[in-house]
Amino acid sequence: MDVVNQLQRQFIDNSASLHREGFLDDQFTQLQKLQDENSPDFVVEVASLFFEDCEKLINNMSRALEQQQGVDFKQVDASVHQLKGSSSSIGAVRVKNICVAFRSFCEAQNREGCLRCLQQVTHEYSLLKNKLQTLFRLEKQILAAGGSIPGVE
Amino acid sequence: MVSGNSASSSSLSMKSDEDIVNNNNNLRVLVVDDSPMIRKLHDMYLKKFGLKVQVAENGKQAVDLFHFGASFDLILMDKEMPIMDGEEATKELRTMGVTSMIVGVTSLDSPNEKQAFMEAGLDYFFTKPLTTDNISFILQELNKKNNKN
Repeated sequence: MDVVNQLQRQFIDNSASLHREGFLDDQFTQLQKLQDENSPDFVVEVASLFFEDCEKLINNMSRALEQQQGVDFKQVDASVHQLKGSSSSIGAVRVKNICVAFRSFCEAQNREGCLRCLQQVTHEYSLLKNKLQTLFRLEKQILAAGGSIPGVE
Repeated sequence: MVSGNSASSSSLSMKSDEDIVNNNNNLRVLVVDDSPMIRKLHDMYLKKFGLKVQVAENGKQAVDLFHFGASFDLILMDKEMPIMDGEEATKELRTMGVTSMIVGVTSLDSPNEKQAFMEAGLDYFFTKPLTTDNISFILQELNKKNNKN
């Protein structure tokens, strides 16, 4: 029971920190509330799809911004717009906020600004991915130890 | 036109969950979005309300479904999609005489773009992400519409 309690404590702390530090907002909590016994891996599956989306879109932006013969800012903007939509839908608020700034640089056709945003969005996505994977690992450990996942508030 | 939303927690009691699911058992919904993540999310939201959900990856797939005789009570239509976007698909469906409720769901920023999307033939428009409150509202309006017909 001690092990379970410790793991549950860690889960609660990690979860609280993700919200407190602005990585996730209430939208993520809504997703957790949707998960049930019929779809026990719903949140992990949505997060995996989000990670795939991010990687594909970040690659698209990177390729578009590297074009020596002239950057197609509309193409970059289209990818940023998609990433903004995905990040809003999972509650990844820091990623979403960078996308907002990123779109302004696309509109201004400011390549340097876009490159800075690309760096920031890549960094924030990596941070979020690591933290979520830690959270999901804790969930698995709690369940494997016979405990239950602390309730979503 | 209803637009704009914020994520809000709306929990349903056990008893009302069952009532809501039973009331919505016959309603068919088409989710049109090129993002697998959004399709999965909306599918889950809608199933919680007892709805039968089908998905399409772009506007052309949605239009083709209707061409081949499918019908839906409700269409959730994204705007930015490859091959045929949501605005074009909405216009096409209305031209075909489709009277299903069509709700635009997108992360568009520009009021002009939102206006153009609405004018294509939407009944309502919501900013991503959809919330359970949005869906409750949509279903309320859909039930009112079905009761009138």
